[in-house]
Amino acid sequence: MTYRFRDLLALEPLNADELTFLLDQSKPFQEIQRHPLKKLATLRGKTVALAFFENSTRTRISFGTAASRLGADTMNLQAEASSVKKGESLLDTVHTLNAMKPDCLVIRHSASGAADFVARHLDIPVINAGDGTHEHPSQGLLDALTMRDRKGSLENLNITILGDISHSRVARSNIHLLAKFGCRFTLCGPAMWVPRELESIGPPGASIRRVFRIEEALEDADVVLVLRVQTERLHEPALSAGDYILLYQLSAERLRLAKPDAIVLHPGPMNRGIEITPEVADGAQSCVLEQVTNGIAVRMALLFLLTSGVAEEGAVAAAENQPKESTHASH
Amino acid sequence: MRIVEKAQLMSASEIDRTLRRLAHQIVEKSGGTKHLALIGIRRRGVPLAQRIAQAMRGIDGVDVPVGTLDITLYRDDLSKVAPQAVLQSSDIAFGVDGMDLVLVDDVLYTGRTIRAAMNGLFDLGRPQRVSLCVLIDRGHREMPIEAQFVGRTVQTSDTEIIEVRLREIDPEERVVLVDRQEP
Repeated sequence: MTYRFRDLLALEPLNADELTFLLDQSKPFQEIQRHPLKKLATLRGKTVALAFFENSTRTRISFGTAASRLGADTMNLQAEASSVKKGESLLDTVHTLNAMKPDCLVIRHSASGAADFVARHLDIPVINAGDGTHEHPSQGLLDALTMRDRKGSLENLNITILGDISHSRVARSNIHLLAKFGCRFTLCGPAMWVPRELESIGPPGASIRRVFRIEEALEDADVVLVLRVQTERLHEPALSAGDYILLYQLSAERLRLAKPDAIVLHPGPMNRGIEITPEVADGAQSCVLEQVTNGIAVRMALLFLLTSGVAEEGAVAAAENQPKESTHASH
Repeated sequence: MRIVEKAQLMSASEIDRTLRRLAHQIVEKSGGTKHLALIGIRRRGVPLAQRIAQAMRGIDGVDVPVGTLDITLYRDDLSKVAPQAVLQSSDIAFGVDGMDLVLVDDVLYTGRTIRAAMNGLFDLGRPQRVSLCVLIDRGHREMPIEAQFVGRTVQTSDTEIIEVRLREIDPEERVVLVDRQEP
């Protein structure tokens, strides 16, 4: 089993075997998070460019930490303090970064499709760290890894997603991944955030239903994925924060309607007291901090996978003609 | 290119006898099994380490912990081996600080695997001593590394390959010397 793409732009095109492969490749890196010495030299001499055109703290730190634990160096571009503010186009900025010869580009951008667009113009691997409302593949993978660790398997889980699903790339990546393992989805939130079109975003045959009462949505759930509510989207008269709390907040009392061993995930950062109560966020069913730790493991696996094997053309064929470097390289 | 089998180096029963001898030698030389642990290097070092530990139970009645180590992340030839390296899990469930560790592998060749394995081990802590046990030593070292416990030393040419086939992984159990011949 190998991964057949140069980039990781979305989880939608990957099949169940490829997704399982990516999750399995993250496991050795989970172990490394428990080592006293967490730094490897595997990608020594490689450079990872982190181009964050949209604000991000945890994803940027997570990718940066993943790179440095593999021994790679990073180049950082943050939109706030960059030429983007001076009006440079996305392509010019990316070409400039690429001219500094990184071995991989990690990009976050507010426009859906930005990572794909950039990948078509570059000859190095591109990892999508979130593009608009499209996908956030590394988040989908770390969520799935967390679920698989806690549940033992991803097969046929009941997944309830709460909140602003229409704007959520996290929800989309989760659905594209988990649907391939037969998971069933219940989407719940204010009607304007859970439009009918969402029922058809998964692969053909995916079971996705919309439910507008949270009590009903939580019934039989194995996993509750709580999305961050953008507080700037909560306003009178359409929907006030008070209404949201009353109707959709995940409280301990409501969580009891899910299966007794249900787990709670949140991509962070959390608005405590809005979409989730502190009691649930800090409770035994919460996996929030595991998600953060797993995020580094998943991103280490992705960087290792996409940059370690990028050898010069013909290196593999040449190696196969030398016994020392091929069959017996491991001796 | 044709792969031709040139000779059988060990039968299944010879492998078994050799592993029992190695188990005796390790116990004898360690002077006590209190801090002793075996680390099998993936892939074929793993069943070998487990079998040596099994043999040790028969000698001293002691349970020697066995760990497994995947050295992929520590290799110096990643991009030369495969376009994509596939990782396996390492599993060392005990602390290595102060331990007397024996690395176990099937074939000792260039020494690069052992160099990588030691890097991996030292990320886990500071063992008191590390020694090396291999089923076959075929020479051609590229590193200053030697094995303390050797099943059999075999003179080989550069084009030859030693294949250790073990029942846990392969359809048969024996050690063969094969050669690559240009057509």
